[in-house]
Amino acid sequence: MAMPASEIEVLIKTAFPDAQITIEDLAGDNDHFAATVISEAFRGVSRVKQHQMVYAALQGRMGGELHALALQTAAPE
Amino acid sequence: MNNPVFAEIQAQIDASPVLLFMKGTPLFPQCGFSARVIQILKHAGVPFQTVNVLEDPEIREGIKQFSNWPTIPQLYVKGEFVGGCDIITEMYQSGELQTLLADKGITQDAA
Repeated sequence: MAMPASEIEVLIKTAFPDAQITIEDLAGDNDHFAATVISEAFRGVSRVKQHQMVYAALQGRMGGELHALALQTAAPE
Repeated sequence: MNNPVFAEIQAQIDASPVLLFMKGTPLFPQCGFSARVIQILKHAGVPFQTVNVLEDPEIREGIKQFSNWPTIPQLYVKGEFVGGCDIITEMYQSGELQTLLADKGITQDAA
């Protein structure tokens, strides 16, 4: 039930090649992360939809092997 | 919409203007993320109802497919999925949540 940050980053980067990604391992347990994803793909898209796009990039791991990923998404300023 | 539990979920959402699907109850949340959204709703001072997904495995799985959202809690306002813990927190801090509630005609508790 754990997943290294590098793996999360690869999955997100594959779906959003332009993305600036910051991932923080909150508890040092490879299980509780906070991620910020900045991508043009999010411009003009609702927050719910932005997060759904990231969850889709994680291919079903969110809520499963990835228990906690606090997510912040935005388009570049 | 062929999952029979979707009709039950829709009926619950239709019955409550502000409805939170959560783990546990407002008094005894069983998850930190659910607890945080409860705190926010209390601070916002609006009346709300909750569904404890831990009491019903079908709802617990069904709600994730219903909204195409992999985690709980999930907040619905007037039938619309607003978001999970991160989005609700962000919206509360920016004041958007309060605006949304007011726009939807959800008024603060007299208490």
